[in-house]
Amino acid sequence: MSVIDLVPLALLGGILGLDVVSFPQAMVSRPLVAATLSGALIGEATAGLMLGAALELIALETLPFGASRYPEWGSASVVGGAIYASQTTHPAGAMSMAVVSALATTWVGGWTMVKLRRLNAYWAARKREALEAGARGAVISLQLTGMTADLVRGTVLTAIAYALLAPLAAWCLARWTMDSQLSRAIVVAAAASVAGGAAWKLFHATTGARWFFVSGLAVGLFFLFVR
Amino acid sequence: MTSASTAVPAPPPAPTLPLRVRIAVFIRLLAIQGSWNYEILLGNGIGFCLEPALRGLPGGVHSRAFHEALARESRYFNAHPYLASVAVGALARAELEGADPVRIERFRTALCGPLGSVGDRLVWAGWLPFCSLASLAVFGLGASPIAVVGLFLILYNIGHLGLRIWGLNTGWNHGLKVASALGNPVLRRGPQQIGRLAALATGIAIPLALWRVIGPGRNLLGEVLIAVALGSLLIVRLQNRIAGWRLSLIVLAVVVLLSVIR
Repeated sequence: MSVIDLVPLALLGGILGLDVVSFPQAMVSRPLVAATLSGALIGEATAGLMLGAALELIALETLPFGASRYPEWGSASVVGGAIYASQTTHPAGAMSMAVVSALATTWVGGWTMVKLRRLNAYWAARKREALEAGARGAVISLQLTGMTADLVRGTVLTAIAYALLAPLAAWCLARWTMDSQLSRAIVVAAAASVAGGAAWKLFHATTGARWFFVSGLAVGLFFLFVR
Repeated sequence: MTSASTAVPAPPPAPTLPLRVRIAVFIRLLAIQGSWNYEILLGNGIGFCLEPALRGLPGGVHSRAFHEALARESRYFNAHPYLASVAVGALARAELEGADPVRIERFRTALCGPLGSVGDRLVWAGWLPFCSLASLAVFGLGASPIAVVGLFLILYNIGHLGLRIWGLNTGWNHGLKVASALGNPVLRRGPQQIGRLAALATGIAIPLALWRVIGPGRNLLGEVLIAVALGSLLIVRLQNRIAGWRLSLIVLAVVVLLSVIR
């Protein structure tokens, strides 16, 4: 892996990290999209989509409610998608390593977002007099500084995470002993369990939602069995 | 159908906000959280979005009225980022019509709570999971990357951009009387209806997505379905102690360790 390989990924991670909160919150940062884009950058869009779907199931639990601390999926999905897509033969454990890498990055990403919010508060405090005087330049520069810092945060996070985790994933995969079927089954079971728990938390208070869920489950299982 | 007793009275005709200014405000709304922080939250973002409209105050950007209005609007504010457009539209009109600053302050304070809670329920707990699950269901049926990603982005952003445009126009049209417009049926009953649709999509999407992602592990599908049912129950039981995604990270990290060191 050279710097030339890393730059496009890092920039993609920066742009998608920016989408999480700062601009434009169009949800291109959701794992389903971000991991697919990352895979497409490597030339394996379908592999990126596979990983993105697994991460999206997990991400259903972590929605960006207000001031709460939540994982940053944009940059993390780029890292995970790239790690999975770069293993072109998808050896046993490739998805496990990609999901673990993405989850670890998303955890650190959430922490960096908290730091950025504190930094924004510090910059706002430094400009307090100008803001209280209604200075146009202070309002605009504070906004642009925050967005630029967020872009840099996502870019650096993606670069560091991929540079550290991609070789680690390759090292682990070379020593992987667990059966391919079992490895994949564990990842899917973990992701779908999180999605199931998240769905219950989101919809259990909605009147009639459980019947809609059961009806949907019947439709989903019907499609499975007729395949 | 809305009964006569609950009908929202028609607002007084709004003055015109030039299209150029409306577009500038809308584009800035996409960056409203650019400097989000724990001190003033969205405050600076509101001032940033209103700034193109405030240039229309008598005397323009160098006037005292402009500086006072921008200072007032850049103070603490909290709302859902998409529904903050309602506040921006209403505040733009109030400032340009020269409303009493004390009334504007009271209005800002009163609007924070409703715009936050309605937006959270409608978008974060309703529309986003619904779009995500609908796209996962399509993925599970074997759709291509472009189809899945395209469906998600188009579906989600119809709601996202539509809500921002509606909010800006509604805020501008109603001004400080915008509270009446927040009784819109989509905002009142939308979260409940979307919640049901999302529950339906959850039931369809999880088995289908699981089937496609599991790939070589399909021989273990029965065991996986049982594990998912038990895992979901465990995550619900542990919800106040550990987040499901952290638990899954721990479980998968242990799997990786066992597989590598064995």
